[in-house]
Order: sequence, then structure tokens, then C-alpha cells
Amino acid sequence: MPHPTTRTLAWLAVASSLVACKEDVPQAWAAPASASQPLPIEVRQPLKLTSIETHERDSLGRPVRIACTTCHSLKTTAPMPTSPADLDEFHQGLTFRHGSLACASCHVAEPESGPLLHLADGQRLPTSQALRLCAQCHGPQYRDFEKGAHGGLEGSWDDGAVRTKNHCVDCHDSHAPAIPKVIPAAPPRARDSAEGTPDHG
Amino acid sequence: MDKLKRRSLKVLGASLGAGAFAVAMEPLRAFTAGLTLDQFLRSHFRELDPEELKDLLSRLEQEASEKIGRPVTMRADPPIEGVQFGYALNLSVCVGCRKCAEACHIENNHDRATNNSYIRVLEMDQGSLDLERGNADYDHPVPQPGKYYLPIQCQQCENPPCVKVCPVEATWKEPDGIVVVDYDWCIGCRYCEAACPYHARRFNWTAPVVPPAEVNTDQGYLSNRIRPQGVMEKCTFCLHRTRRGEMPACLEACPTGARVFGDLADENSPIRWVLANKRVFVLKEELGTRPRFFYFFDK
Ligand code: SF4
Repeated sequence: MPHPTTRTLAWLAVASSLVACKEDVPQAWAAPASASQPLPIEVRQPLKLTSIETHERDSLGRPVRIACTTCHSLKTTAPMPTSPADLDEFHQGLTFRHGSLACASCHVAEPESGPLLHLADGQRLPTSQALRLCAQCHGPQYRDFEKGAHGGLEGSWDDGAVRTKNHCVDCHDSHAPAIPKVIPAAPPRARDSAEGTPDHG
Repeated sequence: MDKLKRRSLKVLGASLGAGAFAVAMEPLRAFTAGLTLDQFLRSHFRELDPEELKDLLSRLEQEASEKIGRPVTMRADPPIEGVQFGYALNLSVCVGCRKCAEACHIENNHDRATNNSYIRVLEMDQGSLDLERGNADYDHPVPQPGKYYLPIQCQQCENPPCVKVCPVEATWKEPDGIVVVDYDWCIGCRYCEAACPYHARRFNWTAPVVPPAEVNTDQGYLSNRIRPQGVMEKCTFCLHRTRRGEMPACLEACPTGARVFGDLADENSPIRWVLANKRVFVLKEELGTRPRFFYFFDK
């Protein structure tokens, strides 16, 4: 018969392995308890919806941003120009390539009468709701976006988890919305490309 | 070697006496350097009991951690019941930037020298779907006029030819649809590489070399752990991430939102919306492989 302490130790070992066993066996992932209740997808709110970069830098080297309302609520701003070339102050040098739209198609310069954007029917829109402005012309893209099939979806594939998606202006410059050309990441090298390209198959 | 054969070897070992058995097995040991006899004679992955799986994972975790001098987590998340993974890609918005291939390279601990990735982006002539004429080695600003870009990775076929040809069952289809490889069971015959119509499988001519500081330490047994030399590997839709509810690395890296990933069994998922509302197609449909990877154009 084993020494009592040995036996106690043995029991402890068995007991702890039973506990550990339960913890260590890989368990299938399960969405948070709210899983049965889909969470709404959060749309990012990029800073550029409500502020503009200045040429000043902060102590970390980041451009200082200034809220649109800093000027467009306190002081009387110049009337809406007819072309981007006439833009002033923070708006100088703006590239515009967005069909035949004019500044006034979307913008209102005068704050006295309400928010700074307007829909085609004249309804005023705060800049934070710019999505609706894009949607009025780009219906199919907006529909796909609403369904999670345009603009990317981040966080989880499960609708019970927290998910976010891009705002239109995260990817598109609203004044020149075509995605610019990019230099691609490096192609496969050496063995992989020699071995694996389809024309070798 | 199937389970039965391994077991009979063990029985043989018991009746032969440990010393004689070790001598008899010596030639085999030469192929399996670094493995103890018990490890070599282990059961097939799908037949491991929880205790054996735990041992296997902790041994691999320890080895991997020692190798890079940093703690590695080695997991084997099981499939989530009722979930069927699927992928769709919008070819109208893909610009061919290869960010997806690059993210795969990093996430899956691919060999740095060959810049390997499970994703190959083909530059294609507009109007053509002839994969043999696509160019995977382009190196100029994209997108080029007259071209479109076709990223190809494992299509996780319903009817996978690669699984059928494996002589040792080192590769199989999981209940959530992912075709996996057990790198410790693969004998490196490369039949599956030849059988795959999408060139989705890669052979490890050498063990992948990744600087220790760059190793992704969040590793899965059936996915991104560093492969040994002489075995096959393939895309697993990042199962070490997706089986925890996360998105595959390639999707998170895509700057255009071309990629839609999700649960085909959930009728409210974005991927189901794509299948129901876009004109989707699969590659080489005529072969009857029934891919789980769908492509579509907006117009
Ligand atoms: S990252 Fe997106 S846009 Fe770039 S090549 Fe891959 S799928 Fe296409």
C-alpha cells in the first residue's frame, strides 16, 4: 500500500488532470451570447467628414486638423466659387475629377441656413451624413454596401459579433473618386513562380 | 501508414522486446528524425482522443517556442457546428494590388526567400477566362487598361480531386468545408498538387525560413504552423482565425473590399446575398469540383 502522502498526491494529480483536461480540449468557438440577435454593423466615421488637415504639425508630427465648423459657423465665409481653381484657404489645390458636378451640387458655403451639404432635392445634410449624398447617384453600390458586399467588412463574419465597415470616403476621395493606380506588392519569386505559374502546369 | 498498421507495429514491438524493436525500427527513424517512437506511431489526427491531441499540441507548442525563443500558441480549433465557410470575390473592384497575397505570406508563416503565398493573382485580358494565359508575375502599376485581376487560392471544393488522390489520407475535407493537410502525416508524394486544377497546393522543397522576430506566433495545427520540409501545404481560409469568428487575413488586407467571406449556411450573411443577387461563377465549373469560392462582376 502506498504511503498516504503519495496517495494524496496521486489523487491530486488525477483530479487536476480531470480539471485541466476539460479546459485544454479545444472547444469550438461560439459567438458572444448576443449571437441570436444580429448586431448592427458600425460604419466608420472618418475625420475628414467633419474636419480638414492644416499645414501645421503637432508634437508627434501628425497634421493638425481643424473642424469645418470652426470657420463655417463663426465667421462669414466667401460665397461658393464656381470652380476648384477659385478655392481659398484650406481648400486650395483641390483636385476635382467627379463627372460634371459643380461645387454647389453638394456643398453649401453659408452656415446661416443650416448644415453644409445638400441633397439633390435641396434637403440640408450634416457632413456626418454624407453617405446619403453619395447614395443618391450610386444606388447599386449603396445597395451592395448595405448588404455587406461592397466596401469591405471587418471584425467578424458572424452577425452576432462586433463588425465595422468603411465609409465611402475611407476608400474614395469624394472629389476624385476613382481608385488611383497602385504599385502592387512583390510577385512570388524563384522556385514558386517557376514551379507554380499556370503556363508551367 | 494507417492506424491499424501502426498499431500492429506497436504490438509487434511489445512482443519483440523494447531493445530489439528499437533496432528493428531504426531505418524508419532516419526518416523521422526528432520524433520519438510513440510520436511516430501516433494515430491519425481525426482519431486522436482529447488527451492525445492535448499532448501533441503542447509538444509542438514547446518545440515551436524553443525554436524562435518566443512563446507560440498552437491550437486545433474544431469546426463550428452548423457553419459552412464560403468566399466570394468581386472582380469588378479587384485592382490586382496583391495585398491579399502579401497578408497571406505573413499570416501563414511562408518562406521569406520565395515570397510564397497561397494566393496567386493573375493578370488577365479583359474578356478572357483562360487561366493558362494569365500572368502571375506582373510587376507594374495596376490596374492596367484592358486587364482584370483574378486572385486564385484554394477553392475548398465540395468534390476535391486532391483529397481523392492522397494515398495516405493526409488531406481531407473538414465538416465546415475546409480542405486541410496534416503536415505530420503527409509523405510528400505531390499527387494532390498534380490533381488540383487551380494550382492551389504548394510543396515545401525546404522548410520555410522565417526570421524568428517575424514569425506569427498564433498558430494552428492544421493551418499556419511552420511546415516541415517535404510536405504539401495549402490555403485553409485561415481556419485558425475564422474558426474563432475572425475574418481571413487576405480579406482584412484587401483595400478595395473585393472580398466577401462568410457562412453559407446563414441565409442572412453577406455571402448568401451575393450568391442570390450577383451573377456568380466558379472556375473550371466543367470539371465538377464544385468550388466554395465564387467570383462575380458588378456589371
Ligand atoms: S487585395 Fe483585394 S484588390 Fe488587391 S489583389 Fe487582392 S483581392 Fe484584389
